[in-house]
Amino acid sequence: MTDAALSPLPGDKAMRSVVTPEGVAVHIRLATIGERFSALLIDLVILFVALIALAIVSRFIGGNFGAAAYILILFLLRNFYFAGFELAWNGRTPGKRMTSLRVINRRGGPLTPAAVIARNLMREVELFVPLTLAFSGAITAAMGLSVGWIWLVALVWVGVLACLPIFNRDRLRAGDLIAGTWVVAEPRPVLLPDLAETAPGGSWATQEVADYSFTTTQLDVYGVKELQVLEDVLRSNGPAQGDVRRDIAQRIARKIGVEPPIPNDLETTRFLEAFYAAQRRRLEAEMSFGRRRRDKFDRPAGRVSRTPTRSG
Amino acid sequence: MALELKSTQFRREREGTWRELEKLVERAEKSGVETLDGASLTRLPTLYRATLSSLSVARAVSLDRNLLNYLEALCARAYLSVYGVRERPLSLLLAFFAWRLPIAVRAAWRPIAIAALVMLAGTLSAWWLTVHDPSYYGSFVGEMEQGRNFQSTPEQLHQSLQGTGNSGQLGAFAAYLFSRNAGIGMLSFALGFMLGIPTLILTFVNGLTLGAFLALHQSKGLLLEFAGWLSIHGPTELTSLVLAGAAGLKLASAILFAGREPRLTRLARDGRDAAVIVMGAVLLLFLAGLLEGIGRQTILDTLPRFLIGWSVWGAIVAYFCLAGRAHR
Repeated sequence: MTDAALSPLPGDKAMRSVVTPEGVAVHIRLATIGERFSALLIDLVILFVALIALAIVSRFIGGNFGAAAYILILFLLRNFYFAGFELAWNGRTPGKRMTSLRVINRRGGPLTPAAVIARNLMREVELFVPLTLAFSGAITAAMGLSVGWIWLVALVWVGVLACLPIFNRDRLRAGDLIAGTWVVAEPRPVLLPDLAETAPGGSWATQEVADYSFTTTQLDVYGVKELQVLEDVLRSNGPAQGDVRRDIAQRIARKIGVEPPIPNDLETTRFLEAFYAAQRRRLEAEMSFGRRRRDKFDRPAGRVSRTPTRSG
Repeated sequence: MALELKSTQFRREREGTWRELEKLVERAEKSGVETLDGASLTRLPTLYRATLSSLSVARAVSLDRNLLNYLEALCARAYLSVYGVRERPLSLLLAFFAWRLPIAVRAAWRPIAIAALVMLAGTLSAWWLTVHDPSYYGSFVGEMEQGRNFQSTPEQLHQSLQGTGNSGQLGAFAAYLFSRNAGIGMLSFALGFMLGIPTLILTFVNGLTLGAFLALHQSKGLLLEFAGWLSIHGPTELTSLVLAGAAGLKLASAILFAGREPRLTRLARDGRDAAVIVMGAVLLLFLAGLLEGIGRQTILDTLPRFLIGWSVWGAIVAYFCLAGRAHR
């Protein structure tokens, strides 16, 4: 078994591909340090409030039962708050849920209970012991005793373990290392309307305004990358979009050698949408013949590649 | 001229499936997969696979980046909620006891032997030092002393071995003993990440306390009574502390001696096995807490203490040695 899932994608450093049991690779984004830190803070606040509530309730119950229950619940909360939620909610704690994060298996299988428990037992050393050390250090310091070395130990300890996620490209903390897990951002699917369909170019034959058409040679100037940049431009609706679109329309027109559209917003957009639809039709048709033109520097989509060694 | 793009047509035909999956996954994530009704539950895997195949097709026919990103995100999201912690809690628990735990323990016999030897070394050295110079006693026992020291008379010591007689707080006492010991056990696992050195120290220190107690009671001629006092819970408790220490050592050895495997892979596998062992140790400590907190305070004679303590221990050892052998 190779750790194929560990290899990052060439494009984005935070993207990881997981091969599903059906054999299709899907791409998931790793959570950022900031996202994970805010999830942790939320969880710690919830835990802290729960501990205070527990202490108050146990005061009212009292007696042998109250004391035993208090000690056991305290133990469970402190040690199994994170693990319990991650088991019950499929890799999510309340904090992770609020920040849309999730723990997953690095190898792409199901998240096992052993992994959840392993990664969360590690919090003791990563978080609670250093916190207690720092805390007891503060108390001893308040009593006027010398605590230099305790602070130093706590500081080094926290420093080394807390910085672990910064020093590896998968942002693994010690618990993730020993459990074989990743913390990823929950993907958010958003489907927007198809530009080629809404564009006047999609049905230009029926409309009188359809006066943009392009030849194959003109459509062979650009590649997939440029097409998708154009898609981004057409999908975004910023305040300065009019200027951006006009500029791009001018550049495209100059590059492919056609008359630029009348420089108002409506005509510019119509020109770009028509060009987008035509360009996409051309590139998709080429793609169905197995010729994918990555960008404008790639070999022209329309021609069969020449092999220089045979040309002689 | 064909007016509609192939990719647009593809999208028009399949979009209904995607939207349905999107809704279903959203519902499953908000309130759990269990809350879906039977029809939706059988629909979910079908929709998931159909969408996954849409993704493969879209990668081949479409250049609409928004569409590709959408399908990618939808598949990833559905994948995460379809393949989660899938097994039912009860069957997980059964599998844990039937084979996962005993197999993990048997596979870790080397770290277990090392942890046991280290604890034994701690016991022997504290015993030897304290027998020759009682002034060591305090530094080995520390806060666990509870009025038992070399200034005590044999009668006082005997009294404390008999139990406190304070039977009103037994449950709380057992809970306290359990949570303290389980804390130590889980800590010695986690400390294994620091190359196992703190784990070794912790295991050694656990042995020191025992050795110093042994020396104290031996010097007052109470060795047999002390052995009985210790026997009822000691074998179970010490075994689980050894197991927890061994789990920490297993972690450390995965870091230090990864062998031919990539270190990350080895660590992930051994880390999970070690976590299984620690969970076993914590459960044993719960048993030990009951034996110590309640059994020791209510059973006062030495012979029944011996019998109960060692037969429980024998059952545990037999379980670890024999259970789950048929699996695989």
